[in-house]
Amino acid sequence: MSVKNSTTASESALMAGQAAQSPSEYIQSYLKRVTSGDLGSLPIILGLILIAIIFQSQNENFLTARNFVNLIVQMAGVTTIAYGVVFVLLIGEIDLSIGYVSAVAAVTMTLLLREPGGWPWYAALGLALVAVALIGMVQGLIITTFQLPSFVVTLAGLLAWNGVVLIMIGGAGTVIIQDSVIVGIANYFLPAIWGWILALVFVAGYTLTRVRQVIARRNQGLSTTPMLIVVLQIVGLAILSLLAVYVCNHDRGVPFVGIILLVFLVGFSFLATKTPFGRYVYAVGGNKEAARRAGISVQRIQVIVFMISSAMAGMGGIILASRLRSVDTAAGGGNLLLNAIAAAVIGGTSLFGGSGRVSSAVLGALIIMSVENGMGLLGLSSGVKFVITGLVLLLAVLVDAISRRSRTQSGLA
Amino acid sequence: MVSDKPLLELKGVSKRFGAVQALTKVDFFCYPGEVMALVGDNGAGKSTLIKGIAGIYPFDEGEVYYDGKQVHIHSPKDCAALGIEIVYQDLALADNLDVVANMFLGRERVLPPWRLDEASMEKDCVKTLDSLSVTTLRSVRQPVASLSGGQRQAIAVAKAVMWNSRLVILDEPTAALGVAQTRQVLDLVRRLADKGLAVVLISHNLHDIFEVTDRITVLRLGQKVREFRTSETTQQEVVHAITAGKLQEVPGMVKS
Repeated sequence: MSVKNSTTASESALMAGQAAQSPSEYIQSYLKRVTSGDLGSLPIILGLILIAIIFQSQNENFLTARNFVNLIVQMAGVTTIAYGVVFVLLIGEIDLSIGYVSAVAAVTMTLLLREPGGWPWYAALGLALVAVALIGMVQGLIITTFQLPSFVVTLAGLLAWNGVVLIMIGGAGTVIIQDSVIVGIANYFLPAIWGWILALVFVAGYTLTRVRQVIARRNQGLSTTPMLIVVLQIVGLAILSLLAVYVCNHDRGVPFVGIILLVFLVGFSFLATKTPFGRYVYAVGGNKEAARRAGISVQRIQVIVFMISSAMAGMGGIILASRLRSVDTAAGGGNLLLNAIAAAVIGGTSLFGGSGRVSSAVLGALIIMSVENGMGLLGLSSGVKFVITGLVLLLAVLVDAISRRSRTQSGLA
Repeated sequence: MVSDKPLLELKGVSKRFGAVQALTKVDFFCYPGEVMALVGDNGAGKSTLIKGIAGIYPFDEGEVYYDGKQVHIHSPKDCAALGIEIVYQDLALADNLDVVANMFLGRERVLPPWRLDEASMEKDCVKTLDSLSVTTLRSVRQPVASLSGGQRQAIAVAKAVMWNSRLVILDEPTAALGVAQTRQVLDLVRRLADKGLAVVLISHNLHDIFEVTDRITVLRLGQKVREFRTSETTQQEVVHAITAGKLQEVPGMVKS
C-alpha cells in the first residue's frame, strides 16, 4: 500500500462488500454465522420443540389449545418484568428489587381501588406505576451518584420493599380486587374476530416496516436483504401469527395479556434498536468510557434504565395481581425475581452488559413457563420442579458460553 | 497544500499540578497539511500538553491561537467546536457496537420523531472510510470487537476525520500494533495531512516518526528543547535532544 494510493480503486473494494446479495448468498452467510457460533434464537427454538415433544409424550394435554392459552396467561407477569430486566442487564447492571417492587405496585393499586371511595382503575393503575418508576429513579440515582454496586443497592431495595408490602397490607392478609377492568387484564379474552383483525394489523405493520427499510437502504445505494428472503420472513410471521390466533380461538380466544406482551415487545424492541436512546444503552453496556467521551450522559441513561426496570416490574406485578384477583402478603415473593432474571438470561441476554435483545425476555419466559406448566400437568412435586428449572438455566448459560467461545475463535466475538 | 500560517499556535503555555511544574513556557505550533511529531521521554509533558489543548486540564498561563485568532479552551466541548479531534491511546470505541454505530456514537442522525437514520449513516461511514482508503473491512456492520488492532485504530481516526475536523491529534496510535498494521496507520496519518489537515503525532518510535512527519518538537522535563524539520535532521540528533536537550530553566531550582 503506497502512501499516495488513489482512492478510486479502493472505493470499489469496500463498496463491493456492501453490494446487494442474492438469496443463496444470504442463506450461506447465515449458515456461516450459525456454524461459527452466532446461534441467535436457534437454541431456544430447538429447546422449545424438545420441551413440547417431551411433555406431549408424557401427557397429551400439553399441546392443546386450552393449555396454550393458559401458558400465555401464566407467562405474562414474568415476561413483563423480564422486559425491564433486559435493559438493566444491557447496561451491565442488575436489579434485585424488581420482585417486591412489582408487589408495591400491585398493592398500591389494589388499596387505591378498595371501596368505599375507591379510585377509578386508570388513576389507581397510573399512580401505582408512577410510584414504582420513582422507586427506580431513587435507586438509580443512589447507584450512580455514589458509585455503588447496583447489586447491593437493589438488594437493600429487595429487603426494604418487602417490608413496605407487609406494612401496606397490614392485618388484612389478602385484599380482593373488585374492579372489573383490572381483573380483566389477565382474565379477558378477545372475541374471535378481534383476534383475527389484530393478527392482520400486526403482520401489515411488520410488512410496512420491512419494506420501508429496504427502500431507505436502496435509496442510499446500500446492500439490501434479498426480496425473496424478506417475503419469506413476512409469510413466516403471518403463518405463525394466524396459527396462534387460530389455536387461541379454539379455546377462549386470544388473551388480552397476550396483546399487552406483544405491544411491549414491539415498543421496547423499537426503543432498543431504532432510537438514539437504545444505541446509548448498548454503548454504556459495551464501554462506559467510550460512551462518556462520545458526549453521552451515562448517568442519565443508567437512571432511566432503572426506571424502566421498576416500571415494568410494577406492570408485571399488576398483571399477576389481576390474574389472582387479589394481593396478599406473599406478593412479589417466591421465585418471581429469579424467574424474571433467568428468563432474560436464558433468552440470550448477557449478564455482562452490551449484548442481548428485548425478545429474549419472551423466549426465555416461554422456556421457563412451559417447563413449569408441563411439570404441573405431570403432577410433579415442587422440589422436582425447582431442580429441573435450575438445570434448564444452567444448560442455557452453557450453550451461550460455548457458542461465545466458538465465536471468539472464529473472530466474531 | 502546506500553508504558511500555523493552524494551532501555543505561546508560552505552562501548567502546574500542585508542586509539580508539568509544563514551563512551551511554544508549539502545527501547520495544515503537515504532520508534527511530539516526542519526549516519559514525563516530558506530552500528555499534559495534549490535555491542555483538549481542554481536559486547561493551561495556567500562555496564549493559544487557532487560525490566527486567540482562543480559550476550557472544556473538551470547546476543543471539538474548534474542529480539533483527539484519538486517544486507549481507543474510545464500544466493542459491542458495529463500525457505523461507533463512528456516529453520540452524534447519531435521527429521522423524526425518534428513529435512527441508519441508511444515511451507513452510506457516509462507507464514504469516509473509502476516502481514507480503509479497505480491509469485511463490512461496516460487523462489531468493532471482531476487528484487528490496526482496523480499530483506523476506525478511531476515521471517526475524527468524519466530523470535518481540521486538526487531528493521535496519541501513540501504533503503540500496540504489529508491523503490517503500523504500516496501515502510518499511511493513514500521511493521507490525513495530504487532505490538508494538521496532524500531531505523539510517538516513542523514531522510525515511524521519520517516516511520516514533517517536523519534530522535542519536550524534556516540561520544556521545549528543540524543534526540527524531519528532512534536515537525524535520529541520533533527536535522541540526543530527548535525553540531554538544553533546558532554559533548571528544574532543580523549582522545589518538587
